[in-house]
Amino acid sequence: MANAIEVSNVSKEFVLRHTRSIKEAVVWLVKGRKGDLSKKFHALKDVSLMVETGETVALLGLNGSGKSTLLKHISGVMLPDSGSVYTRGRVAGLIEVGAGFHPDLSGRDNVYLNGAILGMTEKQINERFDAIIEFSEIGEFIDTEVKFYSSGMYLRLAFSVAVHTDPEVFLIDEILAVGDEPFQRKCIAKIQELAQQGKTLVVVSHDLDLVSRICSRGVYLEHGNVLFDGPIHEAVARLRA
Amino acid sequence: MTTTISGELTRPGLGGGFRDLRQSSFLLKLLVRKELKVRYRGSVLGLLWSYVKPAVQFLVFYVALGVFLGLERSARNPDGLSNYAVYLFSGIVLINFFSEALGNSARSIVNNGNLIKKIYLPRELFPVASVWVSAVHFFPQLVVLVIGCVVAGWHPDAFQLLAAVGGFAIVGFLATGLGLLFGAANVYFRDSENLVDMLLMVATWASPVMYSWTMVEAKLGPGLFALYQANPITVGVELFHYAFWYPTTDGSAAMPPNLFSLWLPVGMIISLVVLALGQLTFRRLEGRFAQEL
Repeated sequence: MANAIEVSNVSKEFVLRHTRSIKEAVVWLVKGRKGDLSKKFHALKDVSLMVETGETVALLGLNGSGKSTLLKHISGVMLPDSGSVYTRGRVAGLIEVGAGFHPDLSGRDNVYLNGAILGMTEKQINERFDAIIEFSEIGEFIDTEVKFYSSGMYLRLAFSVAVHTDPEVFLIDEILAVGDEPFQRKCIAKIQELAQQGKTLVVVSHDLDLVSRICSRGVYLEHGNVLFDGPIHEAVARLRA
Repeated sequence: MTTTISGELTRPGLGGGFRDLRQSSFLLKLLVRKELKVRYRGSVLGLLWSYVKPAVQFLVFYVALGVFLGLERSARNPDGLSNYAVYLFSGIVLINFFSEALGNSARSIVNNGNLIKKIYLPRELFPVASVWVSAVHFFPQLVVLVIGCVVAGWHPDAFQLLAAVGGFAIVGFLATGLGLLFGAANVYFRDSENLVDMLLMVATWASPVMYSWTMVEAKLGPGLFALYQANPITVGVELFHYAFWYPTTDGSAAMPPNLFSLWLPVGMIISLVVLALGQLTFRRLEGRFAQEL
């Protein structure tokens, strides 16, 4: 099987600048350059990850371990300082559902806007529009401005658009806490369905029971290093240990 | 989003510059439509504001400059500009387009930071959509201008209309180039948007919008006047005068020398160079947008 994602020796360093203003820079100079104006922080250290097409991978780790940063590199939002990232086919992210929603537009307009942001063509959105509405259970409210939606409705519609984008590689970042329990079950069922269709999934979540149900492989990160890469149950056991 | 056929390994996150725009023309269309819908949300006058604001601006300038400061030609003031109202308005609409386009595109990346931090999409879309929206808002003003011109006895020929298209293109390219440049710089230094506001104030007065180019030539002399003429906005405004104001006069007013043989190409080249530089800077800086925003 061919690789869907090839991450080779990727390192990423963030510069945490404390200030940018002239005033503070002058104060720092006058005080004899005590302390640093900026601090460096290694988010990823020489990380490599090969994911085959059709694999379901969970990125595990505590807060600040570099999971989301790695996901952002795969989606192309961030570029690595060194190393390389390659992906095969269309990559779409269920990253922070509803990031592309505008509160003053109707549900319908938002479906089109968000669909296009996630890389769908006009034709694809037209074809899937009914399926999106049905899945979201929004019904008659589709022509209401989304600022009047309840938070559950908002998330349902956004999630529904995202799962209907039909990419080859799906990136999911901590969004499974969507809506009420029945809808959550529906989402998980949908994600499992995608996995069965042979889509590649990369999931970031702190819900260990959930990821062990969806994914078969676990990658355990700590401080930007890959500590373990193997079957999901072992990875979860390591994290819990 | 990489839109290549599955089967090929591609590097995510490397934009193709303006080539991406063609591929995402649907998204561009939706972004423009969103801006237009959202701009006047919840207001009673709605899109009418696009007429009211320039109308009031025009009236203020016309009364203050044309009447009080005596730029309008009248029986007592034979040296003034004939049809000063048309002269003034044809420059104002172009400057308004430039101000709105640059002002909004310089802020567009920071304003859409939430999206840029989370999802990869060609980021050029945001400044370009801002310029596009400004072009849509420019249109109603153009309609008002044309009505004014017709009332004043406008009889343009095809060449004069082409001159207007050329002037609009020069200013549009310049606004897009500067918008990309300042939009990208604004991510790193928020000083950028304040710099743009200042620049726009200068731009309004650094071109013969309110006054006539002959006054500038008389004060500056040929060397500095050439510098003044090299400003693409000046060329754009003069082309608009040639297209909209000149055909309403008796033709005795002088147009700037070498407007078509020299300054039109110069303005166009400078605009295109700025566009290329803006695009280059944007591509250099966009890789770090997500972490700096």
